[in-house]
Amino acid sequence: MRYLPKSPADREAMLKAIGLRSVDELFAPIPAEYRLSRDLKVPRQMAESEIVDYFRQRSRENGEGYTSFLGAGAYAHYRPVIIDSLISRGEFLTAYTPYQAEISQGTLQSIFEFQTMICELTGMEVANASMYDGSTAAAEAVMMAVRLTGRRSVIVARSLHPEYREVLATYATHQGMPLSVAGFGDDGRLKLKELEKSITPETACVLIQSPNFFGTIEDVAAVAEVAHKNGAMLVVSIAEAVSLGIVEPPRQADIIAMEAQSFGVPLGFGGPYCGVIATREKFVRQMPGRLVGQTVDKQGRRGFVLTLATREQHIRREKATSNICTNQALVALMVNIFMNVYGKVGLKELAKQNLAKTAYAAGQFAKSGELLFTASPRFNEFVIETKEDPAAINSRLLDHKIVGGLPLKKFYPELGNAALWCCTELTTRSAIDMAAKLAADDNGPQRPSKEESVEEVVR
Amino acid sequence: MKHEPRKATLHVNQNEGLIFEKSSAGKAAWKLPPLDVPEVDTARLLGASERKDLGNMPEVSEIEIIRHFTRLSTWNYAIDLGMYPLGSCTMKYNPRVNEAVARVEGIANGHPYQPERISQGALQILKTLSECLIDITGMDAITLQPAAGAHGEMTGLLMVRAYHHAQGRPRKKILIPDSAHGTNPATAAMVDYAVENLKSDSRGMVDIAALEAQMNEDVAALMLTNPNTLGVFEQQIHKIADILHAKGGLLYMDGANMNALVGKVRPGDFGVDVMHLNLHKTFSTPHGGGGPGSGPVAIKKKLEPFLPTPVVVTKADGTLGFEYNRPQSVGRVRAFYGNFGMFVRALAYIQANGPDGLRQTTEDAVLNANYIRKGLEGTYDLPYSTPTMHEVVFSDRLQAKKGVRTMDIAKRLIDYGFHPYTTAFPLIVPGALMIEPTESESKEEMDLFVEAMKSIAAEVDEDPQTVLDAPHSTRVSRLDETAAARKPVLRWKPAL
Repeated sequence: MRYLPKSPADREAMLKAIGLRSVDELFAPIPAEYRLSRDLKVPRQMAESEIVDYFRQRSRENGEGYTSFLGAGAYAHYRPVIIDSLISRGEFLTAYTPYQAEISQGTLQSIFEFQTMICELTGMEVANASMYDGSTAAAEAVMMAVRLTGRRSVIVARSLHPEYREVLATYATHQGMPLSVAGFGDDGRLKLKELEKSITPETACVLIQSPNFFGTIEDVAAVAEVAHKNGAMLVVSIAEAVSLGIVEPPRQADIIAMEAQSFGVPLGFGGPYCGVIATREKFVRQMPGRLVGQTVDKQGRRGFVLTLATREQHIRREKATSNICTNQALVALMVNIFMNVYGKVGLKELAKQNLAKTAYAAGQFAKSGELLFTASPRFNEFVIETKEDPAAINSRLLDHKIVGGLPLKKFYPELGNAALWCCTELTTRSAIDMAAKLAADDNGPQRPSKEESVEEVVR
Repeated sequence: MKHEPRKATLHVNQNEGLIFEKSSAGKAAWKLPPLDVPEVDTARLLGASERKDLGNMPEVSEIEIIRHFTRLSTWNYAIDLGMYPLGSCTMKYNPRVNEAVARVEGIANGHPYQPERISQGALQILKTLSECLIDITGMDAITLQPAAGAHGEMTGLLMVRAYHHAQGRPRKKILIPDSAHGTNPATAAMVDYAVENLKSDSRGMVDIAALEAQMNEDVAALMLTNPNTLGVFEQQIHKIADILHAKGGLLYMDGANMNALVGKVRPGDFGVDVMHLNLHKTFSTPHGGGGPGSGPVAIKKKLEPFLPTPVVVTKADGTLGFEYNRPQSVGRVRAFYGNFGMFVRALAYIQANGPDGLRQTTEDAVLNANYIRKGLEGTYDLPYSTPTMHEVVFSDRLQAKKGVRTMDIAKRLIDYGFHPYTTAFPLIVPGALMIEPTESESKEEMDLFVEAMKSIAAEVDEDPQTVLDAPHSTRVSRLDETAAARKPVLRWKPAL
């Protein structure tokens, strides 16, 4: 086996040194009746060329060559080449968690820089070294607010990513955190009146997303005012990090739970991504996840260490702030490099392009459908309601290798024939024009094509 | 110096400040294509939501970014440089073909919501990996959704809870051996279970009498790591399972040490009901400096109704799809389907090995640990003489007499060109030195390791101060962690 660096003679010599005759003796502690006497049912040993072929084949069956208008929590942005050049260095790729600071300064310093840039972008004072993803970061942020306020109930915006809401519901079930949902108005924003009615002295926090699931930018200041007036915290989830280049960050929030996938992380069919929690300095001891801090060595030289570990499971065990043990270090490094490449000016210009493409696309699609939530600003997503079932539209587009917007019926039955479309800097005008034309073309012959495709596109 | 490390030599490495210290206005590493749609008036579109300023975000050129991160990288130790004897962490070789196939276009760029009709490749990968892991563990079903080992633990315990609830008998507590990882009790608390400690016996195994005494109908499950954190296989495993099952409890196995078992024995065959795997340990996906992990949870049939949604199913027409309608599901633990990129890597690893390679891998991992045990026995105190599987735990009892503790020895190991072993864990061994070589180490590398450890033991006798002051050869010496925690500086700020 090509990954194993031993010859049969090496193995013999080692067994002899240990004083054993055969390798079977090493497994003597395992009761004989449980030992496996057959080969595992896994594919036979393959050559590297065969493995590459296998995955190229799977790739061809996986949307290769399609143009997509999907966003909804996973965004297709350009990934600068140097991201993969740098993260492929073995010293980053194959390093362990930087507990041994003296031989981990590379990872530690880069995380320190990551934390700094997340603070700059979110307007928060501290950020952690990353979490699993945006959905779990949101759930952990809510639990953090529960610990900080000593209150238990939580109000969640219905315009928060539906899968984030599902994850939060899973986490909340056994944490004794009753959840209630606040709806959205015709402007796509959280209904403040509804929030005011449902908020109580028991409300630990209000959780919203901005830009929200529909791409609408929430009136964060107004929501914060209601939350804070009632002694509750405001937790804001950000799923589209590129928005931070042009959209004012939710500075009024107490905790921000972010998904940084947009910053140079491949779509990768949903993961791995990069969650982050950012907050105020005074709340840091209730923040979950790893943190890197600056310090000095014995000679007074600047260096970095993992710090405030007393919050964590390996010290506190069942009293820890969370059971989280890993972060997404390598993915956070992608995010970090991306932030460096675009920087102060590039992030703004990048976000502007997203805004322009989306404004243009919304205009084109509005010719044949109704653009919803027009009273509020949006970033790079928009919702179009059509007479025709969006599944049928998407089916038509798919025949032209275009993946249309996400039909919202599954998550929001009340929105009927609405679909969520996304444009990024990678979306071309010609793709927008083509998709808008095909979407409008509901008079064309009903495609006799594969009957099942309509149903499949609904999902 | 009398004891000259053979593995490593000092060499010059580059100094590098923080990226912010290199930033100046007008430098850039980006270029956008010309906009092919009309420009927009940002102020008009966004109104009060428009952001004007991006604060202290850096402005640097591409070459500076390349040098910055390349320089930082050279300050890290890594598997690619040498052995990582970290017990319980399983730092094995990360094959490069895994990285290559994870970057193939349709795999890297697949959107999680793209129609199933054009997602058959990804679904096939999910299904094939699931089938492999099910056979490797001897279980009946699996979810790949959890993002890491601890997340898998949570998912597993959620299913345990849902199972007992469905039985009409919600239970209150989880038994956890004192040798367990810290994530186990932290997870139990997150799922609102009380934690009850279970003592180990003199051989480092579960104390059967204690288990019998503590087991009752309030106990939902025992969370057991097998082999445990001493590297010891629980020889009475079936007895343990029987005691639990007799009172309606479940056996949860922490699969952190599954690399000692693959191809040799299957947890499903010795009574485990639910277990998680760490793809970043046993199945070679890179640690990447602390993540991403991936923590699939494999279960027995009786727990299947409770799997997180969605699950992959074969539809009537033979294509693959996701099933969402599962009324007894514990719900979703993560958006989308989990760390898909890690599934790709784990499957590529399984394919590169095949059944014969996986078995040989396990045998080599156990052989390596025993070779090191033999090499260091006598030099370091071995508190448990029970046979060792994939890792061995010594204590610093002999060196402590000279005032040198496990952490000091570990730091000195750095000067010899090695990453330290795991220190001070498991908690049941005071001053533990927990060593796991994995299968990736050659005899030569391990001989160097044994030599280094012996040399350090000799230094402890002759010149303990050298060990206490270690490391001597790194860019920075021991860092002041107390100061870091007392007055945390968690971000850079511009000088006023």
